[in-house]
Amino acid sequence: MRMSGAQMVIACLEQEQIDLIFGFPGGAVLSLYDALYDSSLKHILTRHEQAAVHAADGYARISGKPGVVFATSGPGATNLVTGIATAYMDSVPLILVTGQVASNMIGTDAFQEADITGITLPITKHNYLIKNVKDIPVVFKEAFYLATTGRKGPVLIDLPKDVQNDQAEFCYPEEVYIQGYKPTLEGHPGQIIRAANAIKKAKKPIIYSGGGVVHAAAWDELRAVAEKGCIPVTTTLTGLGAFPTDHELFLGMPGMHGTVAANYALSQADLIIAAGARFDDRVTGRLDCFARQACVIHIDVDPAEIGKNVEAQIPIVGDVRKVLEQLLLRMEAGDTGAWLEQVNLWKKQYPLTFENSGDVIRPQYVIKELYRLTAGEAIVTTDVGQHQMWAAQYLHCKYPRSFASSGGLGTMGFGFPAALGAQVAAPGRVVLCITGDGSFQMNIQELATASRYRLPVKIAIINNSYLGMVRQWQELFYNKRYAETFLEGNPDFVKVAEAYNIMGLKASRPEEVEPVIRKALEHDGPVLMDFVVASEENVFPMVAPNTPIDEIIGGGSK
Amino acid sequence: MKRILSVLVEDKPGVLARIAGLFSRRGFNIDSLAVGHTMEPGISRMTIQVQGEPATFEQLTKQLHKLVNVIKISDLTEDPNVCRELLLVKVKSEPSTRGDIQQIVSTFRAKIVDISIDSMMVEITGDEDKLNAFLLLMQEFGIKEIVSTGKVALARGAKATTLAAGDKDKKK
Repeated sequence: MRMSGAQMVIACLEQEQIDLIFGFPGGAVLSLYDALYDSSLKHILTRHEQAAVHAADGYARISGKPGVVFATSGPGATNLVTGIATAYMDSVPLILVTGQVASNMIGTDAFQEADITGITLPITKHNYLIKNVKDIPVVFKEAFYLATTGRKGPVLIDLPKDVQNDQAEFCYPEEVYIQGYKPTLEGHPGQIIRAANAIKKAKKPIIYSGGGVVHAAAWDELRAVAEKGCIPVTTTLTGLGAFPTDHELFLGMPGMHGTVAANYALSQADLIIAAGARFDDRVTGRLDCFARQACVIHIDVDPAEIGKNVEAQIPIVGDVRKVLEQLLLRMEAGDTGAWLEQVNLWKKQYPLTFENSGDVIRPQYVIKELYRLTAGEAIVTTDVGQHQMWAAQYLHCKYPRSFASSGGLGTMGFGFPAALGAQVAAPGRVVLCITGDGSFQMNIQELATASRYRLPVKIAIINNSYLGMVRQWQELFYNKRYAETFLEGNPDFVKVAEAYNIMGLKASRPEEVEPVIRKALEHDGPVLMDFVVASEENVFPMVAPNTPIDEIIGGGSK
Repeated sequence: MKRILSVLVEDKPGVLARIAGLFSRRGFNIDSLAVGHTMEPGISRMTIQVQGEPATFEQLTKQLHKLVNVIKISDLTEDPNVCRELLLVKVKSEPSTRGDIQQIVSTFRAKIVDISIDSMMVEITGDEDKLNAFLLLMQEFGIKEIVSTGKVALARGAKATTLAAGDKDKKK
């Protein structure tokens, strides 16, 4: 069938079973939006391109399907950059379609021209500039294949204006042919046997699982391996929800603001089974002191992650789910009884604690109440900072693909648009956006999007009038010199919400917390909850940057 | 330590930028890089010389493999190989020194490709040691300008870095 390039894009998306696009129109995508106008694809219009990517990212993390974004050339495209980098760091599959100036204008500094393929080279898994309308089907087929296989990630397609208008015959390829791309999915059988032997021999093993377990949908296999091997489990921020948080083998999150039990266990383990995790510096602390006695089994679909930060004695390249399945068939439990006793003792000795006080709301209390009143059933997105760490510590998720947070890039402004995307992905579920007064204002304009589509997300602002995490570091490491972290000039958030026709609620005293949350959960539309909390509360436990992870501040001592 | 990589890449726009960008953002240094066609249409070969610790080098190779346009990487360092570079050297010359220069040029099996009143241009190919030895001698006369191609290398013997049948048939 003969059609224009713009129509082809829509046809390609239909072929890939995409029914939803996040985006923002502009001069260089007029034809694309014109073609969209006739299609049955749903389009969510955000108020800023960055929010469109974060929303697509939230959608992808919760649904497991790729998120699709449209944006125009120049500033439209460059506004995507933070969102693309966020998705790239956390391996989230996205397809980004940007308009570009007409082919004959490229390179002339034309109006709204930006070299977006050049700009996004280091933050996309791959990108394309299409110069011939006939290439559109093949490029889209490749792009979806690349974004959703192997180590997932964002793929950008730049589409000049004239290519969108050119006509050609449309034929969507059934097969992909990419010479230089062949992800290894099956684990090497010899390595599986070595891993099984190491597990049998280990006295103090620990599973350290990450976002890769979520991406590979390997939560059942993870649980089976942990239970069969009687091995305690710690999951990273992006891996939260992949292992039941109420499971007796669960230790909580490791690293800088992780639990004492998880950090002690990692430090003293004789075997670390890393599954879909990348030994990020926020997890390992000072690298040369990290888990010195441990043999490391590192399972990852991306060979470049293995040996990058921590040497792996037993590297296994492959899809985490497949590898864990293979391992399950071969492995036997070792003698871990004494170790589990020790680990449980740490869990009892060093629980997460905070002091409740009469007059002021403690931020952790808000999070605990949110958890209690949603019974762990909610989907949670967070922004970045103190509230993010408290959410990770106290707001457990019963189910996988229920927690979305910018882990690798640490992007403030991610949480709210991601919550909108999550709500679209899971219309029937409660979506909570835990945010801070600083982070929320980085994409506060999306209240309009929530209002327009009546997306019933429940926004909980942990409002301490500070850039809290930065202030905490200033308190601990810069002699309480609070340079530019006090957010004087914050708006009345309730009034802002109301201006967008969204219910706004405020709690300033501890006894107001529960009624506010109940009211928000009962309301069937979007709600903004402004929790005015203790302004100088700190996140503990804490491992200072670049120190060993068993040197913990505020978590008790050995 | 120095390593020589022979990398087969898809001849697509931006592929050189992708590779150069990867080196710079991951902090790897390129000593020399040469690009040219292969027998296979649409496939180019890059010969890249890098310096680094073995762990760094391993990480570099893995990162290179992740680039979608990179098809195959061979490390030629350990294998016997032929490694050559072509150099054009413009050297100062006077009637009194021309003879000496000519003699050196012929000893090195180089070629004089241009002569002017006060300079000569020499074309020379060879491995690093030979070229360095030659340049050291030319310095005595005064080097005005120099340009080199970057190293190109192939493994000795029948072994070849080409696309295996599997690479061509890979479909999904």
